Order: sequence, then structure tokens, then C-alpha cells
Amino acid sequence: MAGKTLFDKIWDMHEVKTIEDGPSVLYIDRHLVHEVTSPQAFAGLKARGIKVFRPQNTFATPDHNIPTINQHLPIADEISRFQVDTLTKNCEDNDVTLFGLGHPKNGVVHVVGPELGITQPGMTIVCGDSHTSTHGAFGSIAFGIGTSEVEMVLSTQCIMQPRPKTMKINIDGELEKGVSAKDLVLYVISKLTTGGGTGYFVEFAGSAIRNLSMEGRMTVCNMSIEMGARGGLIAPDEKTIEYVKGREYAPKGADWDTAVEKWKALVTDTDAEFDKVYNFDAADIEPMITYGTNPGMGVGITQTIPALDTVEEASQKTYLKSLDYMGFAPSEKMLGKKIDWIFVGSCTNGRIEDIRTFANAVKGKKKADGVTAWIVPGSHKVEDQVIAEGLKDILEEAGFELRQPGCSACLAMNDDKVPAGKYSVATSNRNFEGRQGPGSRTLLAGPLTAAACAVTGVITDPRTL
Amino acid sequence: MPINKFITLESTYVPLPIENVDTDQIIPARFLKATTKDGFGDNLFADWRYNKDGSPKADFVLNKPEYKGSVLVAGKNFGSGSSREHAAWAVDGYGFKVVVSSFFADIFRNNSLNNGVLPVIISEEFLAELFAAGADNTVVVNLEEQTITNKANGKSESFDINSYKKNCLLNGFDDIDYLMNAKDEIETYERNRS
Ligand code: SF4
Repeated sequence: MAGKTLFDKIWDMHEVKTIEDGPSVLYIDRHLVHEVTSPQAFAGLKARGIKVFRPQNTFATPDHNIPTINQHLPIADEISRFQVDTLTKNCEDNDVTLFGLGHPKNGVVHVVGPELGITQPGMTIVCGDSHTSTHGAFGSIAFGIGTSEVEMVLSTQCIMQPRPKTMKINIDGELEKGVSAKDLVLYVISKLTTGGGTGYFVEFAGSAIRNLSMEGRMTVCNMSIEMGARGGLIAPDEKTIEYVKGREYAPKGADWDTAVEKWKALVTDTDAEFDKVYNFDAADIEPMITYGTNPGMGVGITQTIPALDTVEEASQKTYLKSLDYMGFAPSEKMLGKKIDWIFVGSCTNGRIEDIRTFANAVKGKKKADGVTAWIVPGSHKVEDQVIAEGLKDILEEAGFELRQPGCSACLAMNDDKVPAGKYSVATSNRNFEGRQGPGSRTLLAGPLTAAACAVTGVITDPRTL
Repeated sequence: MPINKFITLESTYVPLPIENVDTDQIIPARFLKATTKDGFGDNLFADWRYNKDGSPKADFVLNKPEYKGSVLVAGKNFGSGSSREHAAWAVDGYGFKVVVSSFFADIFRNNSLNNGVLPVIISEEFLAELFAAGADNTVVVNLEEQTITNKANGKSESFDINSYKKNCLLNGFDDIDYLMNAKDEIETYERNRS
């Protein structure tokens, strides 16, 4: 019998039953909830006259819609406030653990889960947010779901899911200095396109992945959804176990030893087969930046925007529409283009390592005139650590302001909106039209590139800083 | 909540020949503050559809009176991006019962099925022919037979849907009903886990 992939092992362990020519009933270990995609689901439960089935497996935190300044004050926007209050009420009514606004454990849901040890290897984890794929960095099956599915998990701790195909993306070799996990994943997406992973669950492997920190692995898995994949995962190793150890919700004592034993078996068998395999060489990757309106439209920072004739004819109209929105033209150079905004944050690059990288790079330099910068920690814990490590002072000396945690300008549901027409170098995950505010123009990059652009005011290769 | 039963449909359609339409275009994030499922149809494609002052943009297809119907025909890779089901509610709320494209993002496809909106996957060629036809052209979508027909040239194609989902749509069942009925099996699974 052929071996099994890591994905198949975890999936099989969680299959309650399968329906012929239909989806599987999949048992969910951890359900993360936020204010935007849950109210209609809780309302559905209420209409059925039932409560949350397994509240101890459900954790909630408001993040999408909250302000990133003055969090001690009531939320000024009435509709936002109502949505956040509705989450509080729903959690109270259903005995669900809530890390509410201002709570020391509040933050972006995908930052909070791992840092509290809620996320553990071998689990199934869902949340009504596509970047749930982040948690795959721990060797779990984690993916985003819609609100109907949130309602399914709340009411039965299960969802109906067709089994995806499996893909392996191998990245071997060493990343050049100045090239980060974000660059690695933007590179892969630029090769596969935003639809290249559709229908698949991806396992990332290879020495370049092994060498990444847990933060870096989370960045990679976070963006697996941007290639259309259902999610991405990385087999747990010593780094994973070290990261989880001692965290608040991690197993303790004898339970810990049993858990670690189990986690060590979470690998893809050597004779297992994937439906698709890609191989990349880490040495080919340079710092990346996007020029268009989807995350697949990225190039190495020293490169030019692809010429029109390199784009398939049927797609040329969409391509030009996208460049037109960005105010760019085919074949233009990226280096030296003027930028207006910097956003460091989000569940992609809002963790301590990211802010550390940014702060160390701008240390002793000054923010360029005319650039507005928002540095938004992914959680209160990250914020506390930023202050404890003295990074806040470094940032402030260089002219940067540290805000309070939340999704912020990643999706601009709160007041953190980039004005129309302005160019924003963002460490988040999506450069869709209007993503950072109506008319905003987003260029995705890693924290080091963001730092280089922040102090020069133009697109700058971080290796030259 | 039971969803609407799907019956065979003949309708004119709204063509949107743009690729990679993402969920932030279908329903921009600033409209996600609601706590009910109502009213999203008014903001479907809001940034393409309205000017800053809220007046309709005359050149966007939803604002052209000659294009109407309960079918949306969109360019490849429709619905990529966020998991927000609000995108499916907006499509449904506007009155579309079927979305036709040559490729859909996974989560959007799931979400629309969960709301009784049928995603129909067709070939690039069939799609191009639908875009090329006039505003009065119609398509016939037959879920029972799993076929779609372009009336302009009489060509038909069959489309895929798993038999479980097909059954749900034809009968107006949803997944939550199914899972609620499977509670005993779920509890047995929980007991048997090591
Ligand atoms: S930071 Fe951005 S991508 Fe992450 S959960 Fe928040 S809105 Fe979604």
C-alpha cells in the first residue's frame, strides 16, 4: 500500500463519515470566530433554538472592525460598535471564550491562535476568514470557511467538505540575505498565479522551508490561499514543538509528552504520492513586490512590469485594466517609483519578528518626508513585546508611530484607509482594487522592503539599504 | 434555513467579461458591518457600479438597462480572495440564481451552493460565445440534466456538480439540516477518538 501524505493522515483522523459522490463530514478541533463573519451564524443557531455545541473548542476575538487608536474608548462608528457588541453578546450567551477589545489577549485571530497555543499540530482548525491557512504552519489542516459553515461548526462541531487534491511545493536551497518568507511566497504565487492552487491543499517542504522560523512559516501558509489553494501546511518539527511548548492552551505535564509523541508521526510518508508537485530553488528568489491588483502579479524588485506580449491574449484586457488602476504601464521599472504609504501589520506580517525586522532596518534613519506609515502589531502580546524589546523607541526616533492591534489597513474596514490614488507598500496579503480603501493602490512586499521604501520614499531594494 | 429549490431556468444574462473578479470587488469590505444577510444586493460590485456620490456609473453593465436576467456570466477565476459569504449573499440578493464562468475560486463556489446559487462551470469557448452574443440572448440551465444551452447558437454543454449538492439544490435542503441529523454519529466519533 502506498504511503500517506501528512494532509491525508490528518484528514482521515477527522472524518466522521463520507457521503458517496459528496463531501465528507469533517470534525473540527478548533473554531476561531471574529465579529464580521459570525453574527448571521449565531442568528441561525438562535432561529433553530440551539446553542453552541462544543463551546470549549471555540475562541473568539474581534479584529477586523476595530480601531487601532484609542481602544479604551467606545468604538465611534455605530455600526462597527454594534457588530463588536453582538459578538460579545453571542459569546456570553453561548459560553464561548472571548478576547474582547482591550483584553490583553486580543488581536488578529490568526496571530492570537498560535501565540496562545490554541493552534497545535495535527488539528483541524477553521475560521470564517480565508487566512485561517496561517495555522497550517504548525502541521494542521486549517482553512477559511463561509458563514453557513461557521453555523455548521457552531451547531455540530463539523462541516461538510469535499476532499481537496494534494499538492507539494518543494523549495530547496538557501534564501539570499535580505530575502524573507514573504518574498518566497510572493515568488511562488507569481509562478503559480492566483488560480494555480485551486482545488488543492498544499504541503510546503524542502530545506528553505525547514530553515524558516515559525513566524516565517506562518507567513508562507497564510498566503497559500492567494494561489487559490484551500490551505497550506508544513510538517511539524523541533521548531514547531519548541514554539508551542509552555503556551497557555498547550498541553501540560504527561499530556504534553503524549502529544509530542503523536506530533512526531505527523510527516508525509516517503512513498506517498501527491496529485501535483512543484520544485523551486530558493537561490532564484529576490525581494518581491507586486505591481498589479492580485497577489500573483508580483516581480523581483529589480525587474520590470511584464510586457504586454508576455500576457496571454485573452487576458490582456484584464491585465491592462489592472495596470490602469495602478497607474502603471507594461515594461516599466519598479525601482524608484514614488510611494505614499507604508503599512506593516496583518496576519501575514504583523508578528514580533516582522516588526523587529522593520525596526532594526530603520534604526538610526528617518522616515521619508511625505510618507505616512502605520505600524500595527498583530496582537496585544506582540505590542507588549515590541515595547519590552525597546523597538517602539527605535521606531519613534525614526519617525514611525506604533498603533494598537487589529486588522487595520489590511482590509480597511475601520478608519485606517489609504486615500484614493495613493501608493501603499503593505506587508499584508491582498492588493485587490480598493482593498486598503476605495481607490487605494497596494504594493505587497515583505517588512524589510517596506522599511527600505519607508526611509527613501520610493521603491527600494532592501539589499542596498 | 431551507434554501430555495432550484428549477430549470431560462433567462437573459448579465455579461461581465473580466477575469479574476475577487470578493473585494463583489462586495467591498466596508459593507461587511451588517449583522443580518439582507441588503447586500444593493452593494454588489459597489465600486464598479456607483460613483463616489452614489450615482450609478453609466458604463457599468448592471446600470445598462438592456442587460438583465437572473444569470451572471463572468470571466475566468470568479470569486477569488476572501471567504466572506457576503459575496454570495450579494449575488443572491441582487437576484442572480446562477453564475456562469470557466473557473471559480473554491470558497466562493461552496458559499454560493450553500445559498442556493448555482455555479456553472463551462469551457472557455462556450464562455466566449456567450460574451459575443447580443443582450437579448438567453441561456437555459437545467440542473436535473446538468446542462446549459446558449440559445444564440443552440450549443449545449454539460457541467459538473456532485450528486449530494445537486440533490440539496433540487430539494431545497441544506448542509446544516444534514449535520443536525448526524449528531449521533458525531457524538460516537467524539467518544471513539483517542
Ligand atoms: S489581517 Fe487581513 S487577512 Fe488577516 S484576518 Fe485581518 S483582514 Fe483578514
